Amino acid sequence: MAEVQFRFRSDEPVADPGVTVDAFGAQSNAAAVRLEPGDDARDLLPHLGRLRLVEINFPVFGDGRGYSAARILSEAGYAGELRAVGDVLVDQLAYLRRCGFDAFAPEVPLDPTDADAAFTRYGQAYQPAADGLRPIWALRHG
Amino acid sequence: MYKYDSYDQQLVDTRVAEFRDQVRRRLEGHITEDQFKPLRLMNGLYLQLHAYMLRVAVPYGTLSSAQMRMLGDIADKYDRGYGHFTTRQNIQYNWIKLEEAPDILADLASVEMHAIQTSGNCIRNTTSDQYAGAAADEVVDPRPYAELIRQWSTFHPEFSFLPRKFKMAVIASDTDRAAMRLHDIGIQIVRNDTGELGAAFYVGGGMGRTPMIAPCINPFVPLDRMITYAEACLRVYNRHGRRDNKYKARIKILVHELGKEEYTRQVEAEFAHLLTQGVEPPLAELERIKAQFAEPPFEVGISDEVDRSDPDFALWLDTNCLPHKAPGYIAVTISLKPVGGIPGDASADQIRLMADLARDHSFDELRVTHAQNIVLPHVKKADLYALWQALDAAGLGTANLDRIGDIIACPGLDYCSLANARSIPVAQKISERLSPRSEEIGELKLKISGCINACGHHHAGHIGILGVDRKGVENYQLLLGGCEGADTSLGTITGPGFDEDGIVDAVDRATSVYLANKQGAERFLDTYRRIGMAPFKEAIYG
Repeated sequence: MAEVQFRFRSDEPVADPGVTVDAFGAQSNAAAVRLEPGDDARDLLPHLGRLRLVEINFPVFGDGRGYSAARILSEAGYAGELRAVGDVLVDQLAYLRRCGFDAFAPEVPLDPTDADAAFTRYGQAYQPAADGLRPIWALRHG
Repeated sequence: MYKYDSYDQQLVDTRVAEFRDQVRRRLEGHITEDQFKPLRLMNGLYLQLHAYMLRVAVPYGTLSSAQMRMLGDIADKYDRGYGHFTTRQNIQYNWIKLEEAPDILADLASVEMHAIQTSGNCIRNTTSDQYAGAAADEVVDPRPYAELIRQWSTFHPEFSFLPRKFKMAVIASDTDRAAMRLHDIGIQIVRNDTGELGAAFYVGGGMGRTPMIAPCINPFVPLDRMITYAEACLRVYNRHGRRDNKYKARIKILVHELGKEEYTRQVEAEFAHLLTQGVEPPLAELERIKAQFAEPPFEVGISDEVDRSDPDFALWLDTNCLPHKAPGYIAVTISLKPVGGIPGDASADQIRLMADLARDHSFDELRVTHAQNIVLPHVKKADLYALWQALDAAGLGTANLDRIGDIIACPGLDYCSLANARSIPVAQKISERLSPRSEEIGELKLKISGCINACGHHHAGHIGILGVDRKGVENYQLLLGGCEGADTSLGTITGPGFDEDGIVDAVDRATSVYLANKQGAERFLDTYRRIGMAPFKEAIYG
C-alpha cells in the first residue's frame, strides 16, 4: 500500500484503506472506498454522507476514467478526501488536482521538486472543473 | 483572425517552459522513454522511422502571413527546408532533433502558435471549412465556434486521457468541405425556423479500419449550451468507451455498439446534469471571439471582371478559384500538388512566398485545407493575374484542384512508423501518368493511405487506395465510390490488390471506364453511382 505523498487537506486522514464498491454497499459503517476504473462513481452518491475517503485507482496512467469519477463525486458535493492511487505520474498531477483530487499516493514516489512545479505551474485554465478555479472566460468578463 | 490576449499567450508560454523541463528530464535520464512518450505526444512530437517528427497545430486551418513566414523559417532552421501540410490542416516537420524541439515551440509561441494536443488520446486540433468567411453559401463564419472549442478543449483536465484520440470539425454551410461527418464530433452551425443559430451535433464518425458516417444525435443545440453538450458527449465517451482494444476505442465504436438512441439518451442525461454545473462560457465570450473574425474591409464598387486572354491563367482560374461572397473578390486555392510532386510538401521559400502574397493580396490571411493545399481566401480579382504569375514562377501554379493530380496521401512508409506501404511514390506515379488527361477526366478526388489507419482518407476518395502488407510485400487495394461531402459515402473495394505498378494501371483503367460511360456533365463519382461496380471490375480484372 503506497504512502500518501501529497495531501491538500488539514483534517485527520482516514486510517483504514478503502474497501471495494461491492463491500462498501454491504458494510453500513464503512467510511472509505476504493474505485476501480470500471466502477460507476454514481453508485456512491446515495452514501456521500458517511464517506470520508474515496481512493480512485489508476492501474495505468493512460486509463482516464478516474478523472470523470472524481468530477462526478465533486459535482455531487462530496467533500471528503479524494485520493489518486496507482500509476500516478508527475505530469498528470495538475489535471488530477483540477478534477478534485486532494491527496496523492503514487505507487512510485515522485520527485518533490518536479511535483511542486507541476502543481503550481499553470495558474489559469480555460474551463471550470472541480478545483474552484475561475476559468479564463470568467476573468475576461469579470 | 483570432488574436491572443495575455491569458492565451501565458498558457502557451507556460507550455513551452513545461516541455523544456520535460525534455531536460528525458535528456538527463530522469524519466524513461516510456514515461516521456505520452508527454512528447501531448506536444505533437512523434518518434518516426528516421527522426523525430513535430506536428504543429493550425487551429481550424487559419494562418496569418507572420505565422506562415515563421513556418517557413522553422523549416529552414530546424528541418531540411521543407514542411508538410496534413489532412488535419496542420503542418509537420519530419527531421527534428529532440533537443531543439523546445526552441521550435518557443519560436511558434512568438507568433501565437503551438503544438498542443496535436497527438495523444485527447481532443485534437479542431478543423473547419477552408473557405470560412469567404464562401457565399455559409450561414455564418464557423471559426469563432471552432475557437471556442479550441479554448474549451485545451488542457481539458477530464479529457486528456481518453480511450483514443478525438477529432472535431465545425462547418456552417450545407456544402461540407471539411468531411464533418467523418469526425468523432462534427458540428454544423445552422439557423432554425425562427432565425436563431444553433449547433447540430453529429457524433461517432471516423475513418480508420472501421469507417463510419456520424449520425446526427441532436439537430439543434442552442449556442449558449454548445460547450456543455460537447462536455456531455465527451464524458459519456470517457467513461464508457472501450479501453480493452485500441482498435475498438474510438467513439464511433461506442456509438455503434450502444446504438445511436442509447448513446444519445446517456448524453442527454449527462447534459441535463452538467447544465447545473456552470461549465458553459457566457455568450459574451463568443461575441468577443466573433469580433476578431470580423469581415476584412472589402472595397466596394470594384470591377468583377477578369482578363482571361492568357489560356494557362484562364485554366487555373476556372480550376482553382471559388466565387467569393464579396463582389470583385475570389478565393484562391494554391495547389501543393505539382505533377509528380509530394502531396502537401512545400519548401521554406515557397512557404514564405505564400506568406508574402497573403500579406499583399489576401488581407494577411491563409488557410490550410484538409486536401493539403493552401487557400488565399480574399483575393481582389484585379490582382489575380499578377498573383498567378508569382505563384507559377515558384512552382505553385498547378491548375488541378479536385482533379486527379490533387491527391491526398499520408506520409506512408517513407516516414511513418505505423505504415505498411509507401504512399508518396504511388501518388507521384499516378499524378505523372494521368495528369496529362486531367481536364478530360474532370473532378476526381483520389486519396491514398499507407495503412489501415486511413490518414490519407482512402475511404472517402472517389478513388481510394489502401496500402497493406501482404506477406512482407507492399500491396495496394483499390476502392471506388467514396465521398466526403454532404452526400458522404464510403468506398467499396474492387477486389484483389495490386503491386505498385499494377495499382497505377488499375486507376488508369477505372478512369477509362468513366470516360467511356460518362453522360453529359457527370463526374467520375456520378457515373460510378449510376453504373455501379461491375463495369469497373470487368475492365480492371477482365
